[in-house]
Amino acid sequence: MMIQDIVNIIKDYWLLLLIGQYPNGPLGGLVNTLVLSALAIALAFPLSILFALARLSTFAIVRWPVTALVYVTRGVPLLMLILWCYFLVPLWTGADVPSFWIMLVTLVIYAGAFLSEVVRAGIVSLGPGQMDAARALGHSYMGAMRYVILPQALYNMIPSMISTFVSTIKDTTLGYVINVPDLTFAASQVNNQLLTQPFQVFLVLALVYYVLCWTLTFVANSVEKRISRRRAGPVNARLPAESLPLKTLTEQL
Amino acid sequence: MSGFDLSAILSNPEFRLMLLHGVEMTFIIYVGSWVLAMTLAILLLCLRISPLRFADPVVKAYVSYHRNVPTLVQLMLWYFGIYTLMPDALTGWLANHNAEAIFAVIGLGLCQAAYFSEDLRSGLRAVSPGQMEAAKALGHGYVSAMRFVIMPQGVRNALPPLINHSVSLFKNSSLAIVVGASELTHAIKEIENVSFRTFEIYLIGTLIYLFFSLLIMGAGAIISMRADASMRAR
Repeated sequence: MMIQDIVNIIKDYWLLLLIGQYPNGPLGGLVNTLVLSALAIALAFPLSILFALARLSTFAIVRWPVTALVYVTRGVPLLMLILWCYFLVPLWTGADVPSFWIMLVTLVIYAGAFLSEVVRAGIVSLGPGQMDAARALGHSYMGAMRYVILPQALYNMIPSMISTFVSTIKDTTLGYVINVPDLTFAASQVNNQLLTQPFQVFLVLALVYYVLCWTLTFVANSVEKRISRRRAGPVNARLPAESLPLKTLTEQL
Repeated sequence: MSGFDLSAILSNPEFRLMLLHGVEMTFIIYVGSWVLAMTLAILLLCLRISPLRFADPVVKAYVSYHRNVPTLVQLMLWYFGIYTLMPDALTGWLANHNAEAIFAVIGLGLCQAAYFSEDLRSGLRAVSPGQMEAAKALGHGYVSAMRFVIMPQGVRNALPPLINHSVSLFKNSSLAIVVGASELTHAIKEIENVSFRTFEIYLIGTLIYLFFSLLIMGAGAIISMRADASMRAR
């Protein structure tokens, strides 16, 4: 009975859940969720490197504002940040901005602040020796960062990047409050059309998110194991993977 | 509308009362879901380290579901879905007892339990197995070794992620607005609708959230510092 309902929902509404009302309206559904999170991560990544460098800078004038921004972003609910952007972005641009772009701006700031902590931790965990050695070889500070520090730090960060991507996918659901046409929005549209089967509709929604995020987390964990093995070097290669600490920095929502 | 004016909000007794109610409800939801989450987390942990064979996959599935499905979707499933499937007597009782807040507590608490139990488990796993053997060699039983040797170290290891996740839970309490609970974010939106002073009320709301988040982080820092100090004193 219940399973039959769920199969029927998927059969009748899979296109709406996948792309929203796309040819006749804005892109929505699962595809929009993925586009939104991928764009957010792609833009947050360079921003987070700039933030991390600013936070490690010796100039207080650069360090303090960014530190404050990161703390505010971490201490305030994402929902509050969305409301701010919903209010400020149209005010500054003077235009009627679609909710998709407002959500993108919010997510870039939010994910940027969280990723910058990951980048910073990655740089700090390399230790000062790398920088000293690079400087001794004649690199400038920026050159050392560009050619010595960041390539190592960012490589170690790949698993954290993937898990931030997963968090961002989960964060996009909050676009619901400003009517971003994503997967959650599509599901509530389906629910409004059916009216009688809210449990089944939201169960389908939960299942889709589960499959998506589980798969990506699985990828992150296998990449992490590979990276730890590579870093452990050939001598320790025969250690069982379980004995290596999994330090993927996860931020939840 | 004239320029920036915080007092337009703060000196209005009605708005102050709305904010106060918002903070109160946010706290009820936060404390309620924290206690529920911690209780469940300890239960899940006990199940997981117990020799029961069915327990491990059940706990794993629980944790996996709650970590991979967005919290908002979990809340929606509870409030819009499971609520409607409940028997009428229960539904009626809940409707008279602030069902929105109750489901916010249940949804957030169950979700957070998954994170807490993982934090505790990884904290316990970081205690070397030699500790248990040493405690047993000194004449401790399993329970007393757990109580006096393993648990103090494990909980201390788990403190930093537990504190982080306690802050996240506080921030996530704002999601309760989606199921209609009248917590702080809800109060902020209400005041905005009445006063049209968006900037001022958002600023006040942001500062309230920031203040309590930093308070939880600070309290957490003190607790872990004291835990470290008491460990070193031995």
